[in-house]
Amino acid sequence: MRHILSILVENEAGALSRIAGLFSARGYNIESLVVATTEDETLSRMTITTRGSDNVIEQITKHLNKLVEVVKVVDLTDGMHIERELMLVKVRATGKDREEMKRLADIFRGKIIDVTEKSYTIELTGISSKLDAFLQALEPGVLLETVRTGASGIGRGERILRI
Amino acid sequence: MTTQLTGAEIIIRALQEEGVEHVFGYPGGSVLNIYDALCAQDKVRHILVRHEQAAAHAADAYSRSSGKVGVCLVTSGPGATNAVTGIATAYMDSSPMVIISGQVSTPYIGQDAFQECDTVGITRPCVKHNFLVKDVEQLAVTIKKAFYLAKTGRPGPVLIDIPKDVTQAMAEYAYPKTISMRSYSPVIKAHLGQIKKAMQLLQKAERPVVYIGGGVVLANAAEKLTQLVRELGFPCTQTLMGLGGFPGNDPLSTGLLGMHGTYESNMAMHHCDVLLAIGARFDDRVIGNVLHFIGPPDRKIIHVDIDPSSISKRVQVDIPIVGDVGDVVQEMLNILSASPKTNNMEALEKWWQQINEWRAKDCLKYDIKSEKIKPQYVVEKLYQLTEGKAIITTDVGQHQMWAAQYYKFDKSRRWITSGGLGTMGFGLPAAIGSRMANPDKDVICITGEASIQMCIQELATCAQYRLPIKIINLNNGYMGMVRQWQELFYGSRYSESYFDTLPNFVTLAESFGHIGIRVDDPADVENTLKEALKQKDRLVFLDVHTDPKANVFPMVPGGKGLTEMVLFDAP
Repeated sequence: MRHILSILVENEAGALSRIAGLFSARGYNIESLVVATTEDETLSRMTITTRGSDNVIEQITKHLNKLVEVVKVVDLTDGMHIERELMLVKVRATGKDREEMKRLADIFRGKIIDVTEKSYTIELTGISSKLDAFLQALEPGVLLETVRTGASGIGRGERILRI
Repeated sequence: MTTQLTGAEIIIRALQEEGVEHVFGYPGGSVLNIYDALCAQDKVRHILVRHEQAAAHAADAYSRSSGKVGVCLVTSGPGATNAVTGIATAYMDSSPMVIISGQVSTPYIGQDAFQECDTVGITRPCVKHNFLVKDVEQLAVTIKKAFYLAKTGRPGPVLIDIPKDVTQAMAEYAYPKTISMRSYSPVIKAHLGQIKKAMQLLQKAERPVVYIGGGVVLANAAEKLTQLVRELGFPCTQTLMGLGGFPGNDPLSTGLLGMHGTYESNMAMHHCDVLLAIGARFDDRVIGNVLHFIGPPDRKIIHVDIDPSSISKRVQVDIPIVGDVGDVVQEMLNILSASPKTNNMEALEKWWQQINEWRAKDCLKYDIKSEKIKPQYVVEKLYQLTEGKAIITTDVGQHQMWAAQYYKFDKSRRWITSGGLGTMGFGLPAAIGSRMANPDKDVICITGEASIQMCIQELATCAQYRLPIKIINLNNGYMGMVRQWQELFYGSRYSESYFDTLPNFVTLAESFGHIGIRVDDPADVENTLKEALKQKDRLVFLDVHTDPKANVFPMVPGGKGLTEMVLFDAP
């Protein structure tokens, strides 16, 4: 099962390494990891997408909580939540493909943020599977480069993660 | 009026305020300021070891044998890396310890400077927490945090890496009285409802077993636990780390369990209907192959531990209780005294009959009439002569298992061994640390000729501080446990487990100024042990030449279940 863990950690040097080290030392897998400072600059918020059985996820959560710099851990997938990922895609855009590419970006509510004679760079956000779908919809051979942030998430409604 | 101190002085003052009396260490370039401040006072005494690994082991054992936080001080680079084995040893056995390591000055960090290494990075996976202090203003509060982290919750080693320029810089000294960290709240009050549920289950149990581990010792809960087990009248088995958590000579004790545990302990573990696990973690050396640890279909497991991540890690449990072992046991006692005894006495009696049948196998018997010295006999004699009152440290291997099987500990903190990491070389430095913490107790290191050579240089430390430790070297010429596995599982191909050359341990000990005695005849064992124990102010090194073919039994082969034990040494 895919789980999205939201983690509040002390914004200190080494905290990221401690968390990444925990996953590698215990053989847990990280699908993606996003981290940035929060509105409270003493805290960072990390979103880790991982896969595992319920037992494994329980152990991951317990071990994360055990780390001295971890303030709070929440499994977003335990409840209603919103998930977004940002992707930048550089595609070949020449000849009749150019118009087609613009249309495809519109369908996926993407924005073209950089243009050359031969290429577009498209900004796309959404749940990870939507980004996958966009890549699959591209004509073979037009894809030049992609960069993805990995998923970020937040609880729906009144569900709040803060200290 | 404020006091301005150098970083080095702050460190020493902070150690004084933490009540630290002994620091085990070895000087070097980046800790010279600290050593200079150290020699300007006499409250904190420094014990100079001969290798940093020994400093860490000694500090660890100081803690294990006294309950205080052990402290060790090493220099940057190789000083820190040498200490890593000792730090990892303490981490695996949850031993509270503070390690202060020197670091190159802050402008040099990351420049591949002389004796620079990323100590915080190297030690990160084997400490409870670690710090790099770049600002002298943060020094006192960081030391406070380190001691607080080391001894609270599930204890463990905490390392503070301090660059040389920070030890030189000046700051106003103020040591915090208390500390609180928003990301760390170790005081866990166990859920009373869970404890009540557990007690209901225990009082109805037909075939109960109490299985205790090192957590009972660490929580100083041995006495309360003993009271609880006696009131319940249940059998109690101990892990290697749990020895002494319940008196080993009590009729309710079934002794050690696990890979080299007793037949009765392992059979009871397998067949029980209610298992009360306290401060133990179901590790592979204890329950064997987890897939074979099935038990009867109605088996219920209650697991008490301060570390939530220990619960349901290897074995799914029915009643998890997260909390301090001492508090939980106290609550259980309260419930017992409030409610009349409703134990299922009839079933319990039958259960004891069964256990006594298992006991009758006498799984620890060995050939007493042998012409060669049986290592088991040496440990048994030592137990009788010391009346079980000595502090026993060990290295790792066969001798460690024999010590665990044949020396009965009726009090905790007398059994000092590397359980989790299994560190050869632990025994002698551990004896140093234990003796420093217990100057009025007999400290005996039971070791083997392979292990002792890993930290043999510490004989010099023993001489310098006149530590009258007794070393019992069960010398069988082999790395015994490796040889045993090779005999049993590798067709007796003794690949590299035999030492073609060994030092003359008697003259070696003498060269350090100690007494060395060699024993070859079983008839001499008792008298020589007596003679050694009489030497109250000298270290005695007994080189006991034992049967090279002796194996440790019972044995649960790796990957097997607890009931698949191999009993006795086949002739």
